[in-house]
Amino acid sequence: MSMTRRQLLILLPAAAVAWEHVLAGTPENAPNYKTTEHWWGMLLDITKCIGCGSCVRACQLENHVPDGYFRTWVERYVVRDWGFEHVHVDSPDGGKNGFPNLGNEGKSFFVPKLCNHCADSPCTQVCPVGATFVSPDGVVLVDPKYCLGCRYCVQACPYGCRFINPGTNTAEKCSLCYHRITKDLTTACCEACPTGARQLADLKNPADPVHEFLKTHSVQVLKPHLATGAKAFYNGLDGSVR
Amino acid sequence: MPVEGFMYPNEIELQWSVLIVLYPFLTGLVAGAFILASLERVFLVEAVKPTYRLALLTALAFLLVAPLPLQLHLGHPERSFEMYLTPHRSSAMAMFGFVYLWYLMAVLVLEIWLDYRKDIVLMMQASSGVKKWIYRVMTLGSTNISPEALRVDTRAGWIITLIGIPSAFLLHGYVGFIFGSIKANPWWSTPLMPVVFLFSAMVSGIAAVLLIYMFVTKYRGRTIDMRCVDTVARYLFYTFLIDFSLEMLDLIHRIYEADESFRSLDFMVHTRLYLSQVVIQIVTGTVIPILLLALTQVFNLNPNTRKRIYGLAGSLTLIGIFAMRWNVVIGGQLFSKSFLGYTTYKVALVAREGLLTSIFLMVLPLGILWVLVKLLPPWVEKDEAGVSTATPA
Amino acid sequence: MGSPDVIASGLQEIRRAKLRPSATMAFKNVAHLFRIALAFAIGFAIFLVVRELLVPKSFGRYGHYRGDALNEIASRPISYAGHEVCETCHADVLDVKKRGRHARVACESCHGPLANHAQDPASVVPAKLDTAVLCVRCHEANHSKPMDFPQVHSADHSAGLPCNTCHQPHTPRIEAEAKKK
Repeated sequence: MSMTRRQLLILLPAAAVAWEHVLAGTPENAPNYKTTEHWWGMLLDITKCIGCGSCVRACQLENHVPDGYFRTWVERYVVRDWGFEHVHVDSPDGGKNGFPNLGNEGKSFFVPKLCNHCADSPCTQVCPVGATFVSPDGVVLVDPKYCLGCRYCVQACPYGCRFINPGTNTAEKCSLCYHRITKDLTTACCEACPTGARQLADLKNPADPVHEFLKTHSVQVLKPHLATGAKAFYNGLDGSVR
Repeated sequence: MPVEGFMYPNEIELQWSVLIVLYPFLTGLVAGAFILASLERVFLVEAVKPTYRLALLTALAFLLVAPLPLQLHLGHPERSFEMYLTPHRSSAMAMFGFVYLWYLMAVLVLEIWLDYRKDIVLMMQASSGVKKWIYRVMTLGSTNISPEALRVDTRAGWIITLIGIPSAFLLHGYVGFIFGSIKANPWWSTPLMPVVFLFSAMVSGIAAVLLIYMFVTKYRGRTIDMRCVDTVARYLFYTFLIDFSLEMLDLIHRIYEADESFRSLDFMVHTRLYLSQVVIQIVTGTVIPILLLALTQVFNLNPNTRKRIYGLAGSLTLIGIFAMRWNVVIGGQLFSKSFLGYTTYKVALVAREGLLTSIFLMVLPLGILWVLVKLLPPWVEKDEAGVSTATPA
Repeated sequence: MGSPDVIASGLQEIRRAKLRPSATMAFKNVAHLFRIALAFAIGFAIFLVVRELLVPKSFGRYGHYRGDALNEIASRPISYAGHEVCETCHADVLDVKKRGRHARVACESCHGPLANHAQDPASVVPAKLDTAVLCVRCHEANHSKPMDFPQVHSADHSAGLPCNTCHQPHTPRIEAEAKKK
């Protein structure tokens, strides 16, 4: 970029102030964030997802996710005619580097997946010691210092979003970028998504666009029959999606 | 890793290994052996008395080893005490620490102590050196073995056994609930799971005590009490029939309802799980032992034939019940929760959760049992005049 | 052991014990039970003390978990600065981008995580991007992508040339071509 020194001298303090709020440290040092004022979820728009894998890469970089494991991933569905139950699904390396062309058969689309941050979280229910929990602002988190790596939570998650980090031997999963959303930033995956297919949603904030969206679109959650209170809402979800 | 079809990316690697298959197998033997012992104590089936003390020691030996596979499996075994500090009351697994400790101390150890107290005091008086000190500690300082004190022991032991029966149900039933309460996994999620686990535990425990009794008696050069083994085998037979019925009920119900998971599970049973489920668990491990035992119930066979049948049926039973645990634990992880794919499980040979470790953990209880039998002999040795003397270790 | 007589007399003894509590319940005959009860009580007391010492202090503050965990998780380092931070310095790029087709595409979506650049712009210089690799990730034609999303078969479209030969990434639409349509 071309910039005069004068312009730089004016802009740098502004940048510093903006950055300071990013590096605001603990929530206690950024007194603006109160957990009781938020109830987090995410809106995923199937009609907009292009399967570029930017979200998967961004998440891996932001959260230092080990190779071969995924806090978020993208699946591709190919549905031929009316045969819901004979659907073809693939997710090459979690969709991290996009998807190869498969031909023009059938109806095909991408589905980004992540932790649904269930309000009635089955993984939290089974943790024997309280190492995974639902935060007061609705984010399901893992305490890596307390987790004993029994893997019960991984078994209990219906969505396959949990794994054991081979470096720490503790359970891990999408944290909804808790370290970002408590500082007025959006999640890494939402930041990186080029089409707006992923959008962070604060269900307690009346000004959040998610409310208007939910009123005007047909929206579903995954596996509703399991009554997990999932808070990842999918627009345009086809019946064949698992 | 050979994946067939589609699996969620994080599902491809199995979470619970063969060690988690071993744990319910071991605690099942404990529960089953204890319930056999309680037949004598509470229900006064005195025909099985020769196995009473042996069953208790067997239960103790296996119970002492039971936490080991769990510790070896944990990502952070040094944090396992957290289950005692901050147990999460909604988690069936959190119960483990307390149920285990209750069963070990308040039931098993207490009952063994009360039953053996007289012998411990006598053995302390008859031995010297280190052994004397071991027995002295075990007496807790009390040497009162008067008839009145022993009557108190008998009464207390009866109460402990009575409490012990539901405790044994809890010890193994909660393991079934750990699996049965997971709505995410249709192979596990069924209210029948704790009941199936419990009955298969009883089957394995009774079979184990039967085999151990027959083997040890032969090893000591004594004659096997046929009335005893016939009774034990009869209980094995009845329990097996109930266990088999429960498992068939589950199977028939699944096939009939054919819900969304059925096609995927059905395919899994016919392919990846065929050997362990159909061939080993159902045919070799259940149907054949039931038929063999049925033969002894229907026909009048001579003692040697019966002993051979009991030995064979008992061994096949143990293999079958191990296969059942394998099919539940491993089988429940071989298919994708998307119902669109399958993965494979290969047991490592030399690894923390590998085959050698498993074999060691299965043999270790037998080693511990050997020590316990030496320390607390279940039998009274009779000299040539027929006079009993308790033999110290 | 195991003979009917022994069992029968044992049963008789149990019955007798119920009928004559006074003789059997003399303290010396139950003293050993008190000893073991004491051993259990001591064990339990030790457990309570250890529990008090070892349970983390913040446990239970917000729920059945270590309260400090919330702060620890919220304090993790950030890699993506977020487009608002980029825009404070790079307003000139924003001016171009906000009127183009990539208006809603965040800076770091293409440029990668640059929080460390935002913190120290002089010493951390972002790498120049290779459009030949970058653009096809989104824009390579694929049957699975939504029909209304702009996509091309790159081999036919650009004959191997990198995309920025013709397109300006911050405002990718070529006006001359658009006017033709």
